Amino acid sequence: MLKRIWIIFLSRNREFYRDRSGFGWNIIFPFFIIIGFSLIFNQNERSEYKIGVVGGENNIKKEISLQYNNFRKSKFIEFLHIESIESGKEKLGHHRIDMLIDPEHGVYWKSESSPKSYHAEKILQAGYYQPGKESFIAGTVEGREIPYIEWLFPGVLGMNMMFSALFGVGYAVVRDRKNGVLKRLSVTPLVPFEFLTAHIMSRMFVLFITTSVVYAGCFLIYGFENRGSYFSLILIFSLGGFSMISLALIIAARSSSEEFAGGALNLLSWPMMLLSEVWFSLEGARPWVKNVAQLFPLTHLTDGVRKIMNDGASLYDIRYHIIVLTAMSVLFLAAGSILFRWRKAD
Amino acid sequence: MAPILEIIDLKKTFPGVKAVDGVSFSIEPGICFGLLGPNGAGKTTTIEIIEGILKPDSGRILYRNQKRGKTFKEEVGIQFQNTELPQYLTVFETLKAFRTLYTRKAKLDWIVDVCSLTEILDRDNRKISGGQKQRLLLAIALTNDPELIILDEPTTGLDPQARRHLWDIVNGIKQSGRTIILTTHYMEEAEILCDNIAIMDYGKIIDKDSPKNLLARYGEGATISIKSETPEKIINAVSCNVYMVDDTIEIHTDSLNECIQNLAHAGADLSNMTVRTPNLEDVFLKLTGHTLRA
Repeated sequence: MLKRIWIIFLSRNREFYRDRSGFGWNIIFPFFIIIGFSLIFNQNERSEYKIGVVGGENNIKKEISLQYNNFRKSKFIEFLHIESIESGKEKLGHHRIDMLIDPEHGVYWKSESSPKSYHAEKILQAGYYQPGKESFIAGTVEGREIPYIEWLFPGVLGMNMMFSALFGVGYAVVRDRKNGVLKRLSVTPLVPFEFLTAHIMSRMFVLFITTSVVYAGCFLIYGFENRGSYFSLILIFSLGGFSMISLALIIAARSSSEEFAGGALNLLSWPMMLLSEVWFSLEGARPWVKNVAQLFPLTHLTDGVRKIMNDGASLYDIRYHIIVLTAMSVLFLAAGSILFRWRKAD
Repeated sequence: MAPILEIIDLKKTFPGVKAVDGVSFSIEPGICFGLLGPNGAGKTTTIEIIEGILKPDSGRILYRNQKRGKTFKEEVGIQFQNTELPQYLTVFETLKAFRTLYTRKAKLDWIVDVCSLTEILDRDNRKISGGQKQRLLLAIALTNDPELIILDEPTTGLDPQARRHLWDIVNGIKQSGRTIILTTHYMEEAEILCDNIAIMDYGKIIDKDSPKNLLARYGEGATISIKSETPEKIINAVSCNVYMVDDTIEIHTDSLNECIQNLAHAGADLSNMTVRTPNLEDVFLKLTGHTLRA
């Protein structure tokens, strides 16, 4: 059995690295995303900001009320109610909001590394300024702030893993079923368990290699740090990758239509990419959107990796994500295995 | 000698189609058994039921006098009609990968030699010709050193040279004492390779025997082939069996002289006429009333 799994594992790996375009894309794509976004933000292109407002708006400090009201009328700015200054600072430090403002005391806090925070401050200052008149004063965020690129990086890595897992496995299995390779394998002593195990192992291996290369490359370019343990990081990446490969196996379980598989994989990957906080925080989003996001393995992968890398979280701290990803992996794999058929339906 | 494979009253229905309708035959070990019939006759469905890919509605399949067990996959070699090869692997890697899937293993050197693959061993699967691909698929079917080899239309789509090359290889495999089941709609292929033949049409076996006996039974007389621009004149001139095969009129007659005299009297243009003794194609025409490639 092990020999059969091993030879299918080897064959799949050979297919992967000999497909130069696919191989190159898996490595280069995340670099493009990270470099591209760092350039975009440096060129001040974004126009949407999230401002956390702490305290009520009934007792706005009189001297800054005009400035605050002008700020509130600005376009492309979303104002979110924040319970306390401490939670607001925590959200600001993790780029879930771009600025924290306390209109009652006339104080605001910004992130030093976030270009969006810088812009939000400029908009606030432009709202009203007269020499000699009192205006908002800038507060300071105590503790360490997470550089924006370090917040973005886990999401991009997770997204790359998602695409590689979903399309690398889902598409390949459907293609092999369509062109008869699976049918040919079905008349050998190879059983579905061995075939699926080899596919999962091969894609896990590919994910491990590509993620390591991208991680090392971005580490060299941007010099960020992992504040948690590498063991925790590898574990959460492994669980995230495994769960998404298993999800791909459900899509690939029976279909022999590449068009259907492509559509279904896009239907899964796009909502995950948009709602799993890869690019932007869901702070202020409607509750049902946040609840839907909890159904996606990418949400738990991205959140777990951010907590480890950005906050130095332990495995115990991210136990919720570990439990959910493990449960998803088992559920998806069981469903994919039960539904799996070697050949297309008659 | 006890049959290596016995098929008993096999039936398989797809929605609206009786694909296999009470098929029975048995195959002695060491022979090449041909399953002949036009497209849609039920050959591939029968073969896929034997291979275990399809489940029959009813009927029995006995391999060495027993139901097919788990070892059947180890002992049978299969070449499908249309199969792509794993992408980005070389011919050698493909052979090695399939060979590893089995407990029984043929020697790689033997497979490579028998299937004439030496020159393309390092070539990518995507860069081999149609004939080379069929030889590789046949080689894959041999990787487990099978007792029974099932070849489903192995030469369809090949040019005459590649087809003859594959016939030589199949003959070589037959010489090694293995049992072969071959489906084809090429009569020449069946005549050259098969020891026994079952002729199928509309899901049923019409007759089965050795090519020699089938020809003796149904192939009396001669076949006259004429290419004519006025087929009506010819058809009206003779009273025996007349068939249109592509753009050629074929007349099966037991009285050759009388038939030719009638054609001459009717003023038919006989300048393109050929006369031959019947072959399996003629037997099939006689049995079913239509051509194999209809």
